[in-house]
Amino acid sequence: MAHTSRTTSRTLRHLLASAAAVVALTAGVSAHAAALDVEKDQLKLGFIKLTDMAPLAIAVEKGFFEDEGLSVTLEPQANWKVLLDRVISGELDGAHMLAGQPLGATIGFGTKAHIVTAFSMDLNGNGITLSNDVWQKMKANVPKGADGKPVHPIKADALKPVIAQYKAEGKPFNMGMVFPVSTHNYELRYWLASGGINPGFYSPTDVSGQIGADALLSVTPPPQMPATLEAGTIYGYSVGEPWNQQAVVKGIGVPVITDTEIWKNNPEKVFGVTDDWARKNPKTHLAVVKALIRATQWLDENNNANRAEAVKILAKPEYVGADAKVIANSMTGTFEYEKGDKRDVPDFNVFFRYNANYPFYSDAVWYLTQMRRWGQIAEAKPDSWYDQTARSVYKPEIFLQAAKLLVEEGKAKDADFPWKSDGYKPVDNGFIDGIPYDGHKPNDYLAKQPIGLKGDQKIEGGQVVGG
Amino acid sequence: MTSLTDTASDLARAQRKARRAHALNRVASVLTTVGLGWLAPLLRLAAGENPRQQGIELWRQMGIPLTAILLFLAAWGWAAPQVQTSLGAIPGPAQVWEQATNLYADHKAERAKEAAFYERQSKRNAEILAKDPKAEVKTRPYAGKPTYIDQIVTSLKTVFTGFLLGALVAVPLGVASGLSPTVNAAINPLIQIFKPVSPLAWLPLVTMVVSATVSGSDPLFEKSFLTSAITVTLCSLWPTLINTAVGVSSIDRDLMNVGKVLQLSGFTMVRRLVLPSALPYIFTGLRLSLGVGWMVLIAAEMLAQNPGLGKFVWDEFQNGSSNSLAKIMVAVFTIGLIGFLLDRVMLALQSAVSHSPAR
Repeated sequence: MAHTSRTTSRTLRHLLASAAAVVALTAGVSAHAAALDVEKDQLKLGFIKLTDMAPLAIAVEKGFFEDEGLSVTLEPQANWKVLLDRVISGELDGAHMLAGQPLGATIGFGTKAHIVTAFSMDLNGNGITLSNDVWQKMKANVPKGADGKPVHPIKADALKPVIAQYKAEGKPFNMGMVFPVSTHNYELRYWLASGGINPGFYSPTDVSGQIGADALLSVTPPPQMPATLEAGTIYGYSVGEPWNQQAVVKGIGVPVITDTEIWKNNPEKVFGVTDDWARKNPKTHLAVVKALIRATQWLDENNNANRAEAVKILAKPEYVGADAKVIANSMTGTFEYEKGDKRDVPDFNVFFRYNANYPFYSDAVWYLTQMRRWGQIAEAKPDSWYDQTARSVYKPEIFLQAAKLLVEEGKAKDADFPWKSDGYKPVDNGFIDGIPYDGHKPNDYLAKQPIGLKGDQKIEGGQVVGG
Repeated sequence: MTSLTDTASDLARAQRKARRAHALNRVASVLTTVGLGWLAPLLRLAAGENPRQQGIELWRQMGIPLTAILLFLAAWGWAAPQVQTSLGAIPGPAQVWEQATNLYADHKAERAKEAAFYERQSKRNAEILAKDPKAEVKTRPYAGKPTYIDQIVTSLKTVFTGFLLGALVAVPLGVASGLSPTVNAAINPLIQIFKPVSPLAWLPLVTMVVSATVSGSDPLFEKSFLTSAITVTLCSLWPTLINTAVGVSSIDRDLMNVGKVLQLSGFTMVRRLVLPSALPYIFTGLRLSLGVGWMVLIAAEMLAQNPGLGKFVWDEFQNGSSNSLAKIMVAVFTIGLIGFLLDRVMLALQSAVSHSPAR
């Protein structure tokens, strides 16, 4: 009952928003259409100092927000938890978020609040780095190509004996990731599990995520990753740029794999706002998404021609603030693994290509499957629940409205947007272990995973039971 | 005849000299309280007092500290490059000075950007009005980043807000507990328990309370500001409270008895007898409180994301660029200097209200 009423209110909102959009369209037909009549023109948006906040910085610096009649202040936040809490409390209007954050908050893992997103900020952009010592030990197990260099992608199978050795010596194998519902956590877990290493489970009573783990994962804020690795507290970490390249530059660790090798073109960050804010400020939301689309378009246009300028902007202390040459490493399409082993990874940071900005339901469902797989969702859920949850958080309709306005204004190409999509990508075969993913069948997908909860399995007393 | 006039003029000169010496002594004591004691020997030299004695005094007051600072800079400059961190070597005095000038240049550049923004805005609005005189135009404040100078101002605002809130709570409570042994016995255990608590422990609690109580889309104060200020209050009110209580309880009994004989009302008693005689103690407490508050503020701002010096340090640490360490050191010196100045201001106030020499 409640559900149907929610749906009707949603359709109503839809209609209203579309009506508003149509009104706005008819009002301004010139190429320099008047900005939307926004409800709120002074916004404070939060971000974490990572290269993938680029769309926000570019939208400010290139005046895209200003064109929409918005005056935007960007404010770096101390960590993901603070960022989320401040969006929920209304101190921030919206923020650069991990794809898992709106989903986690909405289903109530951690702070509970209904967060929505109408804009996916980028694809890929993370890596997994191991300490020099661990890399030296596992290098022997990595197959080499004709050029004597390690064959990529490097699989976690090579790490398994090293972890066993640490275990035998009584040393816990600690690794860092940035947040329990972060893409980095799920990528690191996926990679470890694909090599037969158990990354540990969560349970309602134990949220450390280390139940039954071979590798103990814990939260470390991104900027502290290199220092923590150097201190020997962790032996490896999964994090966004520039913190993998930083490890190479400082000579304290070796990135072994990028996330696009774990799951090709995976969604990474989203622009999140509270549902309440989105309802109260529909035009403002549209205006923000419009500016962000123009920013991502600028970042990817002419085959990444603007990336060098983007690097300069990001290197400013008020944005990412790291040294330009470190940021440039990944932003300009190369990635240095071992010192001197620089390879082309043209898609390491994708901001606009491949429909990167469209918030696909199937992406949301994949993150939900990983939450279920590792026990953050304690009970089994039917396939329909995954679909409904994805729909309550991801709002492609708002994204398409914004895109449509831009096309009308002549600021974007009609061919660049998937107007006809039902929100689900076709079956995805881009995973490192070759397991195909179909967003319509999350429970089937879970059943195919060698390590992880499936069916009715639960964690009780530190054990997987049932199923 | 001449001898008479001579002695008269000698006398006048001696008197003048004595007056001048007296005036100089007063000036010197004022200078000492505001931390400029080293100026006194210079003044005395200018006034023609014994150069040798003043020279020794000048060396003691000014030469030794300056030499120590120079030695410190030299030692720092030598030792810094020996320490290699993952953010490069520890910066020496030269790099820190360079970053200080950079931060100032940034401040000026930001102000220029602000001016340009307003110019663009007024031009845009003028164009709109030219097309359609009835059109609604919006003027928006500039939304750029806070500069280093802005951050210092924010920090000062925050610390004084927290400190004044603390004083408003601590002084009345201290007077009450100083006058009544019952109240004293009641709140003493609480003071002992809460006094050692770190700001980092208060912060999550304060954050939650502030988030729950302050609502509305456009509150009077930023939540982060309130959180930081209240944390400062909670950590800094104890010295004032304790000192006030001690000051009030150690009032001369005879005074109180006089008050009783005159049948003064309780309020008059506090106003006329208690507060004046406890004032030196209260100010000692306030001075200590402000010192604690300033120290605590940096941690509070770091976590509450109040855009002051604490946030500056944290953001720079997150930047992890090759200039970050030098910028953090600029902040360290800024924090130290401001702390020192605040302490001096309080000391000057304290010696202004108390009749005893400054402690």
